[in-house]
Amino acid sequence: MSTTLITPTGTPAASTRKKSSAFSARQLVAGLPGAFRKLDPRLMWRNPVMFVVEVGAALTTVLALAQPFLGESTTSTASPTSLAFIWAIAVWLWLTVLFANMAESVAEGRGKAQAKSLRDSRTSTMANKVTSYDEATDVGAERATIAQVASAELTLGDTVVVSAGEPIPGDGDIIWGIASVDESAITGESAPVVRESGGDRSAVTGGTRVLSDRIVVRITSRPGETFVDRMIKLVEGASRQKTPNEIALNILLASLTIIFVIVVLIINPIADYSHASQSIPVLVALLVCLIPTTIGALLSAIGIAGMDRLVQHNVLAMSGRAVEAAGDVTTLLLDKTGTITYGNRRAAEFAALTGVSMERLATAAATSSLSDPTPEGKSILDLANEQGFAIPSSVEGTVVPFTAQTRMSGVDYADGSQVRKGAGSMVAGWVGSLGSREQQELDEIVTRISEAGGTPLVVAERNAEAAASGGAGQVLGVVYLKDIVKAGLAERFADLRRMGIRTVMITGDNPLTAKAIAAEAGVDDFLAEATPEDKMELIKREQQGGNLVAMTGDGTNDAPALAQADVGVAMNTGTSAAKEAGNMVDLDSDPTKLIDIVAIGKQLLITRGSLTTFSIANDVAKYFAIIPAMFVASYPGLAALNFMHLHSPASAILSAVVFNALIILVLIPLALRGVKYRATSVSSILGRNLWIYGAGGLIAPFIGIKVIDLVISLIPGF
Amino acid sequence: MSNSWLFILQVATLTLVLGLIYRPLGDYMARVYTGRKNLALERGFYRLVGVNASSEQTWSVYLRSVLAFSAIGVLLVYLVQRIQEILPYSLGLPPVEQSLAWNTAISFVTNTNWQSYSPELTMGYTVQLVGLAVQNFVSAAVGIAVAIALIRGLAARRSRTIGNFWVDLTRGVVRILLPLSLVAAVVLIIGGVIQNFSGFQHVATLTGGAQSIPGGPVASQEAIKLLGTNGGGFFNVNSAHPFENPNAWTNLFEIVLMLAIPFSLARTFGRMVNDHRQGYAILSVMGIIWIVSASLLTLLESLGNGTASQLAGGAMEGKETRFGIVGSTIFGSTSTLTSTGAVNSMHDSFTSLGGGLAMVNMMLGEVAPGGVGAGIYGILIMAIIAVFVAGLMVGRTPEYLGKKIGAREIKLASLYILTTPTIVLAGTALSFAIPAVRESVVGTSMANSGLHGYSEVLYAFTSAGNNNGSAFAGITANTPWFNTALGVAMLLGRFLPIVFVLALAGSFAAQDKIPTTAGTLPTHRPQFIGLLIGTVVIVSALTYLPVLALGPLAEGLK
Repeated sequence: MSTTLITPTGTPAASTRKKSSAFSARQLVAGLPGAFRKLDPRLMWRNPVMFVVEVGAALTTVLALAQPFLGESTTSTASPTSLAFIWAIAVWLWLTVLFANMAESVAEGRGKAQAKSLRDSRTSTMANKVTSYDEATDVGAERATIAQVASAELTLGDTVVVSAGEPIPGDGDIIWGIASVDESAITGESAPVVRESGGDRSAVTGGTRVLSDRIVVRITSRPGETFVDRMIKLVEGASRQKTPNEIALNILLASLTIIFVIVVLIINPIADYSHASQSIPVLVALLVCLIPTTIGALLSAIGIAGMDRLVQHNVLAMSGRAVEAAGDVTTLLLDKTGTITYGNRRAAEFAALTGVSMERLATAAATSSLSDPTPEGKSILDLANEQGFAIPSSVEGTVVPFTAQTRMSGVDYADGSQVRKGAGSMVAGWVGSLGSREQQELDEIVTRISEAGGTPLVVAERNAEAAASGGAGQVLGVVYLKDIVKAGLAERFADLRRMGIRTVMITGDNPLTAKAIAAEAGVDDFLAEATPEDKMELIKREQQGGNLVAMTGDGTNDAPALAQADVGVAMNTGTSAAKEAGNMVDLDSDPTKLIDIVAIGKQLLITRGSLTTFSIANDVAKYFAIIPAMFVASYPGLAALNFMHLHSPASAILSAVVFNALIILVLIPLALRGVKYRATSVSSILGRNLWIYGAGGLIAPFIGIKVIDLVISLIPGF
Repeated sequence: MSNSWLFILQVATLTLVLGLIYRPLGDYMARVYTGRKNLALERGFYRLVGVNASSEQTWSVYLRSVLAFSAIGVLLVYLVQRIQEILPYSLGLPPVEQSLAWNTAISFVTNTNWQSYSPELTMGYTVQLVGLAVQNFVSAAVGIAVAIALIRGLAARRSRTIGNFWVDLTRGVVRILLPLSLVAAVVLIIGGVIQNFSGFQHVATLTGGAQSIPGGPVASQEAIKLLGTNGGGFFNVNSAHPFENPNAWTNLFEIVLMLAIPFSLARTFGRMVNDHRQGYAILSVMGIIWIVSASLLTLLESLGNGTASQLAGGAMEGKETRFGIVGSTIFGSTSTLTSTGAVNSMHDSFTSLGGGLAMVNMMLGEVAPGGVGAGIYGILIMAIIAVFVAGLMVGRTPEYLGKKIGAREIKLASLYILTTPTIVLAGTALSFAIPAVRESVVGTSMANSGLHGYSEVLYAFTSAGNNNGSAFAGITANTPWFNTALGVAMLLGRFLPIVFVLALAGSFAAQDKIPTTAGTLPTHRPQFIGLLIGTVVIVSALTYLPVLALGPLAEGLK
């Protein structure tokens, strides 16, 4: 058991593969004590199928114990009644129950290990609680009264001061300061992250450690309800509730169990008339073989393992319901920036106006970007260098930073000349007068770039005299800043389309740009110039049409939409409001992961469905083993049904019971790993699973029972 | 002509005729149940009983209407039997004995038409017409109404109501069953079925003996008996009687009558849910099971067992030579696969495995194509179970026609599939488990001892629980135990499923429709058709294999 939460994730797929193969015999042994504890009927009762098996096992054991005292035949039955046979049935029935419990134990065991490492991070620390300070004038709480209290005593609304080297005592929002924080205890990521007051990166988690600087934190959780506490409960499965589909499946399994109880109960009254009545151990064996024990035994393990798979992807689901909903999602809302495109744009082309040399435009744009720290600025330099223009390494001048009002940036050089880059209209205004021919040409270029999904950055210059006298400048041309769509996304969206999921890109860009990027990325639809309200509207509209919506978000203004969405994945870097509102938290803060989450949700359902099919299909072979064995003594003609040529009635019945128990053990790894899921059409998924688990479920037990029978036939007395 | 050619010819004829009927009849029925206009006759009836025809009912009100109407039906039929003595046209017959009257009343109201008696010797014309024939119409109309309510639920979006039972009932009788049976009766009369009120005719036979031959309004009764999948014959030997079914052509026509409405309801379904492909899928499932089962039965009976049957070219015991093996087996399969229960040959005399197959037909839940209405709602329930498991296997919360199959829906569907097997198995087991009952069953009722005697009892409860009405004729069912127990079985076997179906209809109607995407499990492709057939077969096979092993299987595999 080396699975812990604290593992940096590589590609998600790779990390799952690694973990799932970690299933071993050692895990089974580790699950054994838990399996015995779960034999308590009060616990078994929650699983009606296995409860029936346990009752059957107890009954058979009592009969085996009583047999020597009652004498060989209390009733004249046509079926096997030897003491060895009864004991063998009893033992294997107990094993059936144990194997089922073991599946659940092993699944829980994985979570327990994760919980332990989380608990270690929660060691009680002393917190510097601010008891009184002046919030208006002393925002940094420099002159505040500080009291040392245990972190466990902190409650909602308390304010604490955390300095470099100290652990953060509880979940909260930074209300003053900026600090680098080591969050590896939660995310497994060792590189420190920056957290600062205001904005979307103000949330801190208890148990993480401040590496530098000093922050003031307002606590946002009650004692015992912190993020880590919730995580522990989740991975331990303590707060696990049955999900809607699990409840529905349980009802179906319970109904099948009831039918088979009736089928078995009525056998003796009828068989008695035909002088073919059966001993109780045989009837119990038949019942246990018929009721869907395979899926009944593995059902809860499948659910726990599904949650666990998410945790291995560094995603925390606040409820199993959310995981299941993920499988049902029909509309995926994806933020453009960070999800579909890399966070920053890159310069792709210089487009000079007529009469301006390409070199002049490139040099002006690049030189003015020398001291520009943004990735866009750097990319302009890179492009100029790539195209072979000589750019000086430094120039004297004053940087004019970008502001929301001017929507331009630039440099005022020491020689008095000025360069500006920015949105077309603003730069045109700065230049002053613009000839109609120039204006027309500029508009054409700007439109072309916008339509292609790029951002046009207009570059203009004003020489020293004009700058001094307030004269007109000259527009040189346009830099084409391009959104870079992440590689491989188009294929993933095509996969999603095949799975019946519509992708909608959300962006603040204008419709033209949005359309072009949407086309390049291969999303089905887009929402341009989106405000949080628009997003909310879109979600409601989709839901009204019967769609299930998934989205990611990190900002406080995303919170209402996250709460409204059926699956809302909050980024761990986001605000606590967002984390509260969503029903999942992605510790890696990787919005692309939404796609993996959907796949995990689907895999969970597929695993349940497939094993149910397998379990029911198994019954056919078991019937062919047991029915002839039961009645062949009275009606030799029924031997025709025994086409497996099982050795004797006793060995046939025992083989079916043994197979029924062993198949649970064999399928535990599959239940924990999940049935393989590929994003293809529904028909081919169904075809494949029907073939493997339906047809396979029909055939496998014939072979298994025959093999077991060959072994049992070697035992004297069978 | 060999049996296999005869079989192919007859099945081809049936397929052709039913194929021609399918679309017009299915579309017509859809129009009947979705139209807004009422006929003058119907308006008169609504005024008479005080129904507002434009108001719709919630599922629970709809259900209460069904139950109330049927309860009154049972009381009325019971009453007319008990006062038969004072009714006109009673042919001088005495009142029907209590337990038989109760059994018969339930039998006709539940669309079962199990007859523990010889009709021509027990019921006069008035009881036959006022009591039984009326129920032949209305019990069929009730079945169709319930099916239509379920289909409406599947088609509706966020609706509290599922239609108006009184309107559905009235329209079913007035616009579908009456006109169709009128046409059918005329065809039957032309074919040679009798229609008179002449009572018993006493004749001297050629050998000098005396014989009394009953007459009666047979053709009119015969038409609705088959069209409404009722099955209660005018004569004890049912459609084997030359006055009911004179020749091979009327025989084929009677098979068409049994299948016409049940198959065409698949079209009605497709039309009402606005997707004909769904209707064709359901039709395919019904059609495939019907053809396979009829072929198997024909094969088993043609092979026969023993030298006698080999000489006769098949197991001819209990079959009419004018129908032959094929005419008998197709009729028998159809009768047991629908909930008709009419017979033109004695199922008791079928080969052991053949008789077993007739039971299996009923055990499948009578869904291929099933009784009028009951067949389509039965197969839709099976579709829900199939969709549930298959839906999980493709990674979505299962849905059928845009309706989620959640805990409530699966609970109701499970209860539905639990009901009939429980009734059949419990009834059969109790017949042997209670010592006093067993004495009566073994001593009085069973004509045969041993395996075949047991099969007769199993057949009786299978028939009653599934509202079929046919019997292994060797059994004497007119005993207090059978009259009572089969009565209970018919009652529960009819109305418990209806409760679950209407509850489902309500729960589907209240749901919104989930839009179909590429991620939705398609329920119209061959893949799903195969899956649904598999579900129908496996669910019933697993339930009934042990009891079949002790009867027909043990007997047939000697």
